[in-house]
Amino acid sequence: MKLSALQQSYLSRRSNSFRGSAPLDSSSDSAIKSPAAIFWLVLHGLCCLISLVLGFRFSRLVFFLIFSTSTTSTTNLYTAPFRNLASDITTPFVSSSTPVEIPVLNRTTPNSNSRVVVGRHGIRIRPWPHPNPTEVMKAHKIIERVQREQRAHVGVKNPRTLIVVTPTYVRTFQTLHLTGVMHSLMLVPYDLVWIVVEAGGVTNETASLIAKSKLRTIHVGVDQKMPASWGGRHQLEAKMRLRALRIVREEKLDGIVMFADDSNMHSMELFDEIQNVKWFGAVSVGILALAGNQDESSSVIMEEGGENTAMPVQGPACNSSNNLVGWHTFNSLPYARKSATYIDDRATVLPRKLEWAGFVLNSRLLWKEAKDKPEWVNDLDLLDGLEDIESPLSLLKDQSMVEPLGNCGRQVLVWWLRVEARSDSKFPPGWIIDPPLEITVPSKRTPWPDAPPELPSNEKVLVGIQEHTVKHTPKNRSSRSKRSSRTALRCQEFNLEADILRGIYLVVEESTERKQRMETDQFLSRPTTLSQSRPFSAH
Amino acid sequence: MKIWRWVFVGLVCTAFILRIDAVELGRRHPTERISADRVPNEHVTRPMYDAGSAGDVLEDDPVGRLKVFVYELPSKYNKKILQKDQRCLTHMFAAEIFMHRFLLSSPVRTLNPEEADWFYTPVYTTCDLTPNGLPLPFKSPRMMRSAIQLISSNWPYWNRTEGADHFFVVPHDFGACFHYQEEKAIERGILPLLQRATLVQTFGQRNHVCLKEGSITIPPYAPPQKMQAHLIPEKTPRSIFVYFRGLFYDVGNDPEGGYYARGARAAVWENFKDNPLFDISTEHPTTYYEDMQRAVFCLCPLGWAPWSPRLVEAVIFGCIPVIIADDIVLPFADAIPWEEIGVFIDEKDVPNLDTILTSIPTEVILRKQRLLANPSMKQAMLFPQPAQPGDAFHQVLNGLARKLPHDKSVYLKTGQKILNWTAGPVGDLKPW
Repeated sequence: MKLSALQQSYLSRRSNSFRGSAPLDSSSDSAIKSPAAIFWLVLHGLCCLISLVLGFRFSRLVFFLIFSTSTTSTTNLYTAPFRNLASDITTPFVSSSTPVEIPVLNRTTPNSNSRVVVGRHGIRIRPWPHPNPTEVMKAHKIIERVQREQRAHVGVKNPRTLIVVTPTYVRTFQTLHLTGVMHSLMLVPYDLVWIVVEAGGVTNETASLIAKSKLRTIHVGVDQKMPASWGGRHQLEAKMRLRALRIVREEKLDGIVMFADDSNMHSMELFDEIQNVKWFGAVSVGILALAGNQDESSSVIMEEGGENTAMPVQGPACNSSNNLVGWHTFNSLPYARKSATYIDDRATVLPRKLEWAGFVLNSRLLWKEAKDKPEWVNDLDLLDGLEDIESPLSLLKDQSMVEPLGNCGRQVLVWWLRVEARSDSKFPPGWIIDPPLEITVPSKRTPWPDAPPELPSNEKVLVGIQEHTVKHTPKNRSSRSKRSSRTALRCQEFNLEADILRGIYLVVEESTERKQRMETDQFLSRPTTLSQSRPFSAH
Repeated sequence: MKIWRWVFVGLVCTAFILRIDAVELGRRHPTERISADRVPNEHVTRPMYDAGSAGDVLEDDPVGRLKVFVYELPSKYNKKILQKDQRCLTHMFAAEIFMHRFLLSSPVRTLNPEEADWFYTPVYTTCDLTPNGLPLPFKSPRMMRSAIQLISSNWPYWNRTEGADHFFVVPHDFGACFHYQEEKAIERGILPLLQRATLVQTFGQRNHVCLKEGSITIPPYAPPQKMQAHLIPEKTPRSIFVYFRGLFYDVGNDPEGGYYARGARAAVWENFKDNPLFDISTEHPTTYYEDMQRAVFCLCPLGWAPWSPRLVEAVIFGCIPVIIADDIVLPFADAIPWEEIGVFIDEKDVPNLDTILTSIPTEVILRKQRLLANPSMKQAMLFPQPAQPGDAFHQVLNGLARKLPHDKSVYLKTGQKILNWTAGPVGDLKPW
């Protein structure tokens, strides 16, 4: 009785769970407390305990082996048949022997040459169920090929060469910004000509930097040095861009001219979108103007007129039928009091009304003679005499012929940002530390020399270059010694992370007197302010 | 007279040449066609999304090639059941209801049963739903039996052939075996009364009791508007390599694994759960359709039954279906060359799925995507309302038309009886 109940529950277990009531024969015989019933109850409890210990239900195995009443049983031999849901110990499928074909009962299929059998099968797991790097690479190649095919048929047909104009000058953050632009341009799938105009003349530093891009570059210099005020800088940059446009005209470069300022951020969709321009197009530029002192400037904005702190966007304005009706420009009134004048001010740096970065034009507009050149374009020579050219719109007689790109200006494809270090900040030329540094720091194993224990300051371990002006004053020295003692304890902590920090330059000072001595030597003799150590070397 | 002889000879030669098609007269250049028996022409590389001329077999028009008579059954067999539960219109078994509606207003319908080639019985056997939405098949055999008794007593056409020119739509898990558990379904076998009829079902597995010779396999119902609403721009790059969302272990019914999907889904999970190429999980994301459009391969493994709506979704969204179900018979297999569109994996090869998929040559993958982009393929998988040319309804009719004309032997002599009306489990004989 109990057996039949167990068996029935086993066979029709599926129907019990979620499919609603199945028409089972009700096995609701009253539990007669006969010895047989008690025996079965005890056996059942024992089986439950064993299952608990083992971690899986072995009742199926028992039934299979002993009773084998199921119509079509499994055929596969497996050593560890049951997957334990709780643990991860899944032993691999041992399929050394060929699967034993238990003869299928004849009521199942009329033609039993089917290799598919109903019943329980083993879960096949290969011995090392982890990704194979070669296959991952192959898959990536497949994906890349598929995407290329997609692009070829759905994307831009006949892509035109891009002519990218970037004004730059040597300064601390030049490498930072220019590398960003360079990497964006290296990812562009179209042909590219990069015109880099440098203020202060062509320098080797810039040249070596852009040579790394392996793009076709035209590097020219403008003799004037970059002024220290933002207003002056904007003006000079405009002049530099015109210089580049003149190059486009002289060399008769054919393609689409876009303006990539070296501190802007360009999205990859921008380069796809500007391929759609016919003559003169405009995209929306997001202004990340709230650089510097975040809280102050935002509170300033909140005071004045309650304008929300959403990112301002410059670009074409369209009406509902997607025609150009005007321009979204930058409203500088909220920032009037707190805008930066000099390049290293910590206040907000404001863009102009309409930034050059938001415009693209067909290079044929700049040529002296080009067929189909529209009449509403001014000649480039006319712009020579003008003092302040704010945006390339001055090239146009008729502003309504501008094509709005990026879903009529709704997509922001480029972000404008100006972040600069102080104008007199020093940095190693080419960002190369030469000659190498002198301080060595003992590695993890050597005992740390005595240092007066002090509470660690909030002086973080600098893993880069510390930039501050050199002041060879006693004040500096004492501050340094204080710092040295403070950081001594810090060093002990960092001992533990020596493996990670090996190879990275630390700003660490060892013992007070040694450091002081070395400091004075060092800082008197060297012009730079770098106090750095060589990578760890075991004593 | 001599000249007439030469004219006659010339005519014979021309006829001969035309017959063997040695000269192509105005035939369109076949590229990337979906033709069931022929390999599509590979020499001309057509761009991917310009699908060229569509499949010849898929575009056959059944109108005029067959006539279908729809029995008027009392509404307790169809309308009343639907009224009780409206979910029957949206679940994956809804094909039976939409087929009925299509036939009622289709040009192939005839009101004169004497001239009909096929007879359709509208009985909704898969509409008795649990609270969860899954159909219970326990009353279906009785319902079907009662319907057949009705048509055999009120019309003479059933007895004329004992159902050989009748067709029924049975979209349940195992078709006309009317059970969701495979062992039980095999035990029951196909309902004895349907032994001679043509079955239109979603289930298809070779050498299986529940797949009768001459059945028509259809895709499961997938809501066309819902899929249409989730289309994303075509230029979105396909960046997922393998995609799957669904159960791997059916914890409610098969906790240890091994029964559900014959262990294949569990094997997929165990082998590839940490593989970055395989985006597989049991979640129900709202972006399911969009994700499929961003994937290169979509897994379509078997579940409790070998068929699943994932195949339809993969075809609609251009994702190459990876079919893991031994011996499965896919929908409209005689019209759609599934071997060239999808990838078939034996269940025993599941642990090597990543090796297999990455070793497919790129040209083959691109070709499969090109074939999938063919709009006639996508149309053949759908049941749109109202019906459109080339859709699944028409493919069913095409299939029925291809079975015509009926062999003379199906017409029984008077008094001859083949079917055993008392066969089957005792429970089936109770009236419904």
